[in-house]
Amino acid sequence: MSNELSVLGQIPEDILKATRKNLPSDHPTWCPGCGDFSVLNAYFKLNERRGMMKQNITTISGIGCSSRFPYFVNAHGAHFVHGRALSFATGLSISRPDLHVFVFIGDGDAFSIGGNHLTHTARKNVKMTCVIMDNHVYGLTKKQTSPTSPLGFKSKTDPWGAEDMPIHPIKQLVSAGATFVARTHAAMPEHLLQMMERAMDHNGFSVVEVLSECTEFNRGSFDTALARKGGQFRILEEKKNDGTPEDGKRHDVTDEISALRLANEPWPGCFGVFYQIQRPTKNENEAKHAENAMNKGVAASEIDRLQEMFNVMK
Amino acid sequence: MAQTAMQTSHGLEKIHLEEVVIRIAGNSQDGIQSVGDMLSRLSGRSKRGVITFQTFPSTISGGPSIFQLRVGGHRLKSVGDEADVLVAFYQHSYRDHIKALRKGGLLIYDADHVTPDPDEKRFHHVGVPMTSLTIEAIGGTAKDKGKNLFLMGLLAKLFDLESDKLEEQIKERFDAKGPKVLAPALNAYHAGYAYDISKIGELFQIEKDPIGRAHPQVCMDGNQALAYGAIAAGIRFGAGYPITPWSSVMEILRRELPKFGGTFLQAEDEIASIAMAVGAAYGGTLAMTGSSGPGLSLKSEIISYAVMAEVPILVVDVMRGGPSTGLPTNVEQSDLNLALYAGHGDTPRIVIAPFSVRDVFHSVVEAVQLMQEYNCPAIFLSDYSLATRVETWPEPNLKESFHIYKPDMSPKGPNFLPYKDTPSGISERIIPGVLMLDGNYPTISGLEHNEAGHPDGSSVMHMKMTAKRRRKLQTLREKLPPVSVYGPETGEVLLIGWGSTKGPIEESVDQLRKEGMDISSLHVKYLSPLQRGIDKVMDRFKHVFVVEMNDSGIYGYGQLASLLRAVYANAKIKGINKTDGLPFKVREIVSAVKSKVMQTVHPSV
Repeated sequence: MSNELSVLGQIPEDILKATRKNLPSDHPTWCPGCGDFSVLNAYFKLNERRGMMKQNITTISGIGCSSRFPYFVNAHGAHFVHGRALSFATGLSISRPDLHVFVFIGDGDAFSIGGNHLTHTARKNVKMTCVIMDNHVYGLTKKQTSPTSPLGFKSKTDPWGAEDMPIHPIKQLVSAGATFVARTHAAMPEHLLQMMERAMDHNGFSVVEVLSECTEFNRGSFDTALARKGGQFRILEEKKNDGTPEDGKRHDVTDEISALRLANEPWPGCFGVFYQIQRPTKNENEAKHAENAMNKGVAASEIDRLQEMFNVMK
Repeated sequence: MAQTAMQTSHGLEKIHLEEVVIRIAGNSQDGIQSVGDMLSRLSGRSKRGVITFQTFPSTISGGPSIFQLRVGGHRLKSVGDEADVLVAFYQHSYRDHIKALRKGGLLIYDADHVTPDPDEKRFHHVGVPMTSLTIEAIGGTAKDKGKNLFLMGLLAKLFDLESDKLEEQIKERFDAKGPKVLAPALNAYHAGYAYDISKIGELFQIEKDPIGRAHPQVCMDGNQALAYGAIAAGIRFGAGYPITPWSSVMEILRRELPKFGGTFLQAEDEIASIAMAVGAAYGGTLAMTGSSGPGLSLKSEIISYAVMAEVPILVVDVMRGGPSTGLPTNVEQSDLNLALYAGHGDTPRIVIAPFSVRDVFHSVVEAVQLMQEYNCPAIFLSDYSLATRVETWPEPNLKESFHIYKPDMSPKGPNFLPYKDTPSGISERIIPGVLMLDGNYPTISGLEHNEAGHPDGSSVMHMKMTAKRRRKLQTLREKLPPVSVYGPETGEVLLIGWGSTKGPIEESVDQLRKEGMDISSLHVKYLSPLQRGIDKVMDRFKHVFVVEMNDSGIYGYGQLASLLRAVYANAKIKGINKTDGLPFKVREIVSAVKSKVMQTVHPSV
């Protein structure tokens, strides 16, 4: 560490600290107009706003258009395999509590091939932020049905229209035990940044579903949630606990049933933080087990601790 | 059972044994395993060698179960073909295991449950009403729980074992459960010890180590050796999913790793568990996952990722019988191909198979050292027989085996290349938190990438990086110790084996040499990359048989035999294979070798 600090003094701050200027890396390979650009920009802004040191930013992804993400961020990162980014991030987060890991995945990663991992990362409450860039279609493979494609969606694998019930991200996440669940729209950059920042502040497994339009294979899919396209971007009102009569009607983010009721509204529904509660994270629990075990009359050095274990087996 | 007789103070003849094989047959809930475990431990504490073998039914509760124990004063290599003493708790135990008793051996049966064949004259029969005597001793609880301890008392008397040390073990085991459990346990043991064995007419004494051993002996099974080996190696993160016979490794690590500041997670599935381990490894912690065959199948996509992204990770496979769910509680060496090739694309990796419980410990330490040096996955192929067998072995010197891993977090650069195409193929990986002095940070990737870690799928780059990943393993091959031969360096017959068959193969060599055959053996511990020199050894023998617990396959050769034929294009290589789910017996190898050599009409046999 001392070696590192002595080096730090000689390095210009614009190399050390994350800025919107020094974070972009490879030019994104996304199509023009893709919603994912907006998520990437929000991530740059967020890291700048937080004064993050570049060396401590770690970005993980799965497979798909969205998951090219880490290549476009000039910081540490891993482009992992399809569906398992959350499990990878679990191992990283638990073993490196000093990092706040961000995971960027698509709807295929989150709800199809990696559906099991989303559920279990949520119930474990592993500290990390997961941003799901949901475009309701498989874009990288050129238009197959995704787990969130609406009924009737015509794709190369559903030429007569999708017939399988789409997965509802918010209902799924709240039911699985995620402790922070928010929904936003890539075309609403201010709201997107706000949601990502609140997710980053949350101590636990925080998820932001971002409607991120695929201009190539699902054009106009999210226009109904945009005022400038003739739709409505309705932000849910959170309870302020200000004692006013209108506060009674506002949404209590700790109320699971209320969150599910809001999520059940017909498309395009509303946006904002649906659910946020506090419960012990997996990281805290594991750290506690280690602390208890190490304080429990075991030998001072690690080698002596193992020696004690061998002594019992004589 | 080589023996010499002398008179004892009891007036009974006391027979001195070099070694003895005892098989206890009953049901899985009889506590046979705990008796076997205590006897093994005692033997270790009294400087004898022990190797055990046990079977469990794969049903949830109940079903026949055995524990076989070979105890002797010299270094033991296998669990022994035939039992000198068979203990039968039930009629089915007698029926199924009497054939395992050698001619002239001693049958001790529970007279309350077993009626032996009255015409059977090949064995000494001793009936002891173990069930009723146990109930009597415990005080009429009308349950025969404790019969195992009665038997242990009986065996302690019969074999003149250190009874005080056995009592100590009973206390260690039952003390925490309170006096209501401990007192009956001791009563049952004492009743067995007090049983009048004059009917047997003999007392036995098993030899202690004639030379004495430098280190104290430790006594454990292969999965314990694996778990504690991983801790010694510096593993501080693991994730797994329960599966027989791997589960006890994760149970031990879940309990013990926190004492070293580490953690072991139970994941939602096999894939998540290897993904978690790769994530932790990326973060700079030595990490592992493990399973048995079905789980290794599932992990293969991420093994391929770890090869591509050059992330070190230990993947354990405690092999059982396959394919599919197969034989969950039997042994087989049929996952070698999977270990060598699991994963799509060209995926060079390290594969190591241990041959004894002691070797499990030392080889895990070595596998972890190698994987971090070469930045690739290391597959560790243990098996069911190693996992469940208890062995006594000299306590390891932890000063040599214990490692604390500290990742290199020093700043890097400028122009640092985490996938630098070096002559050895080995490059230096980067961990999150490391400062890059030029502000340019690497990404780890499953896509083909350039030396900086950014995607580049060009033909030139793919050829260069494929060769780089392969060259690392070729570098390792040069550094591995060359193979060594057990027996003379030149001869007629060479047996080649890998994994847990080393003991019975070497005992077969000993026996066949006594019978006049010119035979040696070679053990392949490093299966990928293969050690150098195997071809030269094979050249010095007329016949080469690869002894494996797997099928001879469509083309007539087992999995290692096929690999060796592919690598060395040597038509001499033939196989001795079996798939009965049990460890090789010495006599099986001996008779297979004889008949195979006969097939080629060899005059000297």
